[in-house]
Amino acid sequence: MKTEDLIQALKSDNRRQRPTPDRTFAMALFFSVLVAGAILMSTMGVRPDFLAALGTVRFPFKFVVTITLAATATVVFRQALFPVASRRPSAILLMAAPAILLVGVAAEMLALPSEAWAMSAQGKNALLCLTVVPALGVVPLGLMLWSLRQGATTRPVLGGFCAGILAGGIAATFYAANCTDDSPLFVATWYPIAVLMLGVVGAGLGRLVARW
Amino acid sequence: MTAAIRGDEAAYAEFLRLAAGLVRGLARRKLANDRVVGPEDIVQEVLLAIHTKRHTWRPQEPVLPWVFTIARYKIVDVYRRNGKRVFLDVDDFEEQLAAPEADEPAVPHRQLEAALTILSDGQRRVVQSIAIDGRSISETAAAFDMKETAVRVAFHRGLAAIAAKFGRTT
Repeated sequence: MKTEDLIQALKSDNRRQRPTPDRTFAMALFFSVLVAGAILMSTMGVRPDFLAALGTVRFPFKFVVTITLAATATVVFRQALFPVASRRPSAILLMAAPAILLVGVAAEMLALPSEAWAMSAQGKNALLCLTVVPALGVVPLGLMLWSLRQGATTRPVLGGFCAGILAGGIAATFYAANCTDDSPLFVATWYPIAVLMLGVVGAGLGRLVARW
Repeated sequence: MTAAIRGDEAAYAEFLRLAAGLVRGLARRKLANDRVVGPEDIVQEVLLAIHTKRHTWRPQEPVLPWVFTIARYKIVDVYRRNGKRVFLDVDDFEEQLAAPEADEPAVPHRQLEAALTILSDGQRRVVQSIAIDGRSISETAAAFDMKETAVRVAFHRGLAAIAAKFGRTT
């Protein structure tokens, strides 16, 4: 086949324009939040003392961490969607949420006597956290990988990993509204395991689905 | 490219020709000693990738870095695939010797032609007619006694199926 023939063929196929990756990503994000929220509310709901807990320090701090994680993952993921990033994909940004969490852990260790550390870290809902966060994150992860596939990433593994971390950030945000373990020690022990599960699955799937 | 996005076919063809020229130069330099992959194979792979991913170019950004990024990605991809497929290619070649086509195109594009075999009969003859024999949509419609819209749909689905095959890992 001559190249000029291919050009002629592609030329006449130029009618329908696909939506930009920004738009597919916005849709994926919207439905991720919607679905994860709907699943949480229709099954477990938020914890009974949600409003009272907002007045404490530890409960809102969980949202600072999870929302920071989701926001930074969004930035890196959007850069990975395009073949030419507006700026270099700055994966280092993903360290912001863990850094904030570590500050929280340090403060908690100062606030609590050392005998109480182990109990706070263990918490009451560890197994629930490890189940619910990945479960809430499955649909967001699927939507993010779909949006990654619509784009043209040159970094399928990084993109898939960010898709998983972003899904994990969304899922953790909703799960945090239900979970009554508010100690940063608990958050730092269990949330990362749950979120990284999604990240690793995302990276593996990204390699498969986001190649083009 | 801006005009092409708005649906200007001539501008789009012009842009693809420009991209083909740039990629050809790049491919010739990169593949100087490679006998398995011809530079023209690379050029066509890249053009197809540019086409299927043209919605990922943002109008405010310069177009050349975008083209080169796609080209680099595809060259790496072709290398990787050929690393696995070199022996398969030899088999393909023998088969072609046994049954040569009457009208051999100037530069055979193994992958596109292999991809043609996955299409349904209707799609294949339409894609063949437009992409390989170089007929226009209306000529194709007349030749097969189809409506032009039907030809467009078959052509578009055929290309989409080929794009899907290209996107799959091996």
